[in-house]
Amino acid sequence: MDQFLFFLVAFLAVASAVYFVFAKNPLYAILSLIVTMFSIAGMYILLNAQFLAIIQIIVYAGAIMVLFLYILMMLNLNKEDESKKNNTLKFIGVFTAGLLLIGILGVFRGVQDNHIVVENVDRGVGLTKNLGKLLFNEYVLPFELASILILAGIVGAVLIGKKDL
Amino acid sequence: MGEVNTFIQSVPLNYFIILSSVLFSLGVLGVLLRKNAIVILGCVELMLNSANLLLAAFSAYKGNSDGQLLVFFIMVVAAAEVAVGLAIIAMLYRNTRSVDVSIFNKLRG
Repeated sequence: MDQFLFFLVAFLAVASAVYFVFAKNPLYAILSLIVTMFSIAGMYILLNAQFLAIIQIIVYAGAIMVLFLYILMMLNLNKEDESKKNNTLKFIGVFTAGLLLIGILGVFRGVQDNHIVVENVDRGVGLTKNLGKLLFNEYVLPFELASILILAGIVGAVLIGKKDL
Repeated sequence: MGEVNTFIQSVPLNYFIILSSVLFSLGVLGVLLRKNAIVILGCVELMLNSANLLLAAFSAYKGNSDGQLLVFFIMVVAAAEVAVGLAIIAMLYRNTRSVDVSIFNKLRG
């Protein structure tokens, strides 16, 4: 049952990611990327990482993807003006990505399944209570620095978006 | 703490490694193949998400919460990056009426 759920969600994620890469219309590509984000949120739920699942839905599927769609509709790219790459460059791209996939899988081949270690693992790892305690005790300085980073991002986006720079 | 998670015991960690490797390679393929700047930015998001999935999987399997907090911080940085990147793309569109990356060669040496 668990394996079936994993394969279902994984198939959904990979299929929508493939459609995202190869779709001609950028609007459908971004809509398909939203499906990928939701299936990754499903993966977090299966891993019992509830905090990450909620954050994934709110931040990625809710905020970032809506920002993508908003910009895409504002730019009005209705005509297909995406210029074609020649076939040699396409082949080189596919070959390089395939080589990278083989390389990554080769690197990770030595990782063992840890059925034995899982038995005595602390099971409250992904819960919000546990993560919140860790976040506001040990990681409170990076948390505050992240707020400064967000502020700098907002100011930079406003400054870049101004009419007369 | 919580109840026993049967999912972790019945699905090996290797499945997650393979899944996130495939997603990461698809992101790289999109960056190499596509010419629309918005889609390229989306491919970067796909790569970040696959790395996040692997971090969360290792964190859940090893029983250590630090990886999941790292995923949280990566999401914060990605949100800031998308805001600035989309502003840059909008500015490029206003100046050239296109988001095709093959015509942006102003920085070429």
